[in-house]
Amino acid sequence: MNTPLVELQDCAVRFGDTQALAPLRLQLRRGECVALVGSNGSGKTTLLRLLHGQLQSHTTQGRRQAAPGMAQAMVYQRPFVLRLSVWRNLMVALWLAGVPRPQRAERALQALQRVGLAAQRDRAGRALSVGQQQRLALARAWAVRPQLLFLDEPTASLDPAARREVEALIGEFAGEGMTVVISTHNLGQAKRLAQRVLCLDGGQVVADLPVARFFEGPLPEAAARFVKGELP
Amino acid sequence: MGSFADSVASALQLVLGADARLLHIVTLSLAVSGSACLAAALIGIPGGAALATFRFPGQRVLLLVVHTLLALPSVVVGLVVYLMLSRAGPLGAWGILFTPTAMVIAQTILVLPVVAALTRQLVADALHGNGEQLRSMGATPMSTALLLLVHERASLATLLLTAFGRAVSEVGAVMIVGGNIDGVTRVMTTAIALETSKGDLPLALGLGLVLLGVVGLINLAIAVLRRSPRPAARRA
Amino acid sequence: MKLSSASKLAVLGLLLGALLCPALAQERFIVMASTTSTEQSGLFGHLLPAFKAASGIEVRVVAQGTGQALDMGRRGDADVLFVHDQAAEEKFVADGWGLKRSPVMYNDFVLIGPKADPAGVKGSDIVAAMAKLAAGRFEFISRGDRSGTHAAELRFWKAAGIDTPAGSVPGYKECGCGMGPALNIAASANAYVLADRGTWLSFRNRADLGVLVEGDKRLFNQYGVIVVNPAKHPHVKKEQAQAFADWVLSPAGQAAIASYRIGGEQLFFPNARP
Repeated sequence: MNTPLVELQDCAVRFGDTQALAPLRLQLRRGECVALVGSNGSGKTTLLRLLHGQLQSHTTQGRRQAAPGMAQAMVYQRPFVLRLSVWRNLMVALWLAGVPRPQRAERALQALQRVGLAAQRDRAGRALSVGQQQRLALARAWAVRPQLLFLDEPTASLDPAARREVEALIGEFAGEGMTVVISTHNLGQAKRLAQRVLCLDGGQVVADLPVARFFEGPLPEAAARFVKGELP
Repeated sequence: MGSFADSVASALQLVLGADARLLHIVTLSLAVSGSACLAAALIGIPGGAALATFRFPGQRVLLLVVHTLLALPSVVVGLVVYLMLSRAGPLGAWGILFTPTAMVIAQTILVLPVVAALTRQLVADALHGNGEQLRSMGATPMSTALLLLVHERASLATLLLTAFGRAVSEVGAVMIVGGNIDGVTRVMTTAIALETSKGDLPLALGLGLVLLGVVGLINLAIAVLRRSPRPAARRA
Repeated sequence: MKLSSASKLAVLGLLLGALLCPALAQERFIVMASTTSTEQSGLFGHLLPAFKAASGIEVRVVAQGTGQALDMGRRGDADVLFVHDQAAEEKFVADGWGLKRSPVMYNDFVLIGPKADPAGVKGSDIVAAMAKLAAGRFEFISRGDRSGTHAAELRFWKAAGIDTPAGSVPGYKECGCGMGPALNIAASANAYVLADRGTWLSFRNRADLGVLVEGDKRLFNQYGVIVVNPAKHPHVKKEQAQAFADWVLSPAGQAAIASYRIGGEQLFFPNARP
């Protein structure tokens, strides 16, 4: 019951000569909402992909253990929307996830209603605004009923209004019990959404604290530097 | 440029006269090249897409071969197919030399590298940056290929028109494997070649104008068809 | 998009139908390998419908040079040959590739050249003409394609004492092409060229060229018909090919040949031996 959803042991990643992620161990617990913060190139996206499992550790002893039968989904900064209708985009996602045909229509409709795009179902996906496309991406993710949701800078390309809409949805998903890992360089967003904050710098985890503790301080030097740089 | 004016006059006369032989030549050209493009599409589009999304040993060599075959001269294709289909050759028993079937085979071989190479490039470009997102949704190389082909269907249409252009305008392959037999395997390009060698240049140019006109009409028809069912396209 | 795909497929289907039609009507036909000069003269357009009316057999003509036509016979890609190089034809039969060579008709060669005639060849002596052409720098276009015309041209050079014109005649150019293209080149280069009268008469792009040498008995051009030997190629349609050979040698066929005219002028003279 308290077994971690995902556990990384001694994982590290190299890209050519650069150590993108130094060896680390990490546990994700059910129901957590974790923010990965850090500057560009700090290793946030790499860690996200490692946790998701699409990237393998480059160390021989590195292992990723996940709870069996766990569904997960990932949302990207710029969502890839196919040149099909909103509806079809959703159906494709359900098909790729292996959802049986008879269930797809209902789940697609529910997902669109959940994110408030039901009225747009017949519009061309790429005709939506950027914010709407990101909500479509969230619908695609929600439709496959993931226990674990990863988001890689989901609002970095959005205007403030769209950002608020998307954050609201993420917050609601987290509130429904979904485990969420979100990478962001927006500290305000981390404060608003997360319970736990991991700060990365140069491929190392320099802080791993509950959110209140993270923002009260004092912080380890590298983390403090980042926070100072991010605040106006 | 008096001869050019003669050619235009020739072209108009041919079209207005609705000569039965001309009609046969035009329909045969379209049928042969159209069938070749269809066959090349059935093989080359999935093949090209798979070349972009799958990883397998020898992939770079295969790509090199496909790109080299882009420069296959049509007359060389004709010659090779002729030698294969000749009674003295390995497939002589099929007895299809000097028939439209042989011409379709030759043009399919000619056009296949074009379709495959361009499809591969199309899918590879679409894959770049977006492949990861599809993978994260659970896509396999096969489903990725399929989805990207649907995603890029507009470019595929242009690609097929390019292939059709290559096929309908070539003369080397169809001349050799077809034999330019009057009423059986004579197509627009071989008819033009014949009239040129007979010295009837205005007629040859006139036939050329007819060929361009027919292909132009086809392109117009396709453009109109693509424009009209817009709402249906949105629903797709 | 679905709608337009369906209609596109329908159109394709129609076109494929057009493609299949000739293939379906393929019951009675033979393939005849003949020469470009014969085809371009228009003789077949006149002769073959008459044969089809008489026998119901369609003759599909693949026109190339005599050399290639004989090669086609050797490969078994043709059922009957209709060419004009007696020596090569006799060798073809002697080697067992053909059943029998029968003379069918003749026409004549003519030496074409610029009307101004800088080499002064005009007359009725072909060998003397060739000698004059070799003596100075006069543009001469040779087909160079192992055709009956090419073979005849080489015979005339030889008779004039020149074994290999390619090296020894200053203005000699080989195009490796058919009669029509050779005439096209001669027309634009204002050059001399040996042609068969049939192609010349139906040639439209004459520019400044005219007939300079004709009437010499040596310019006589004999055509022969040969059925390909089914012993070498069992699939050859022997009965139908023989039917064609028999017909073209018969009074009906010979009359059809004689009746073909361009501008009132007879091109081919039937001379089958009874």
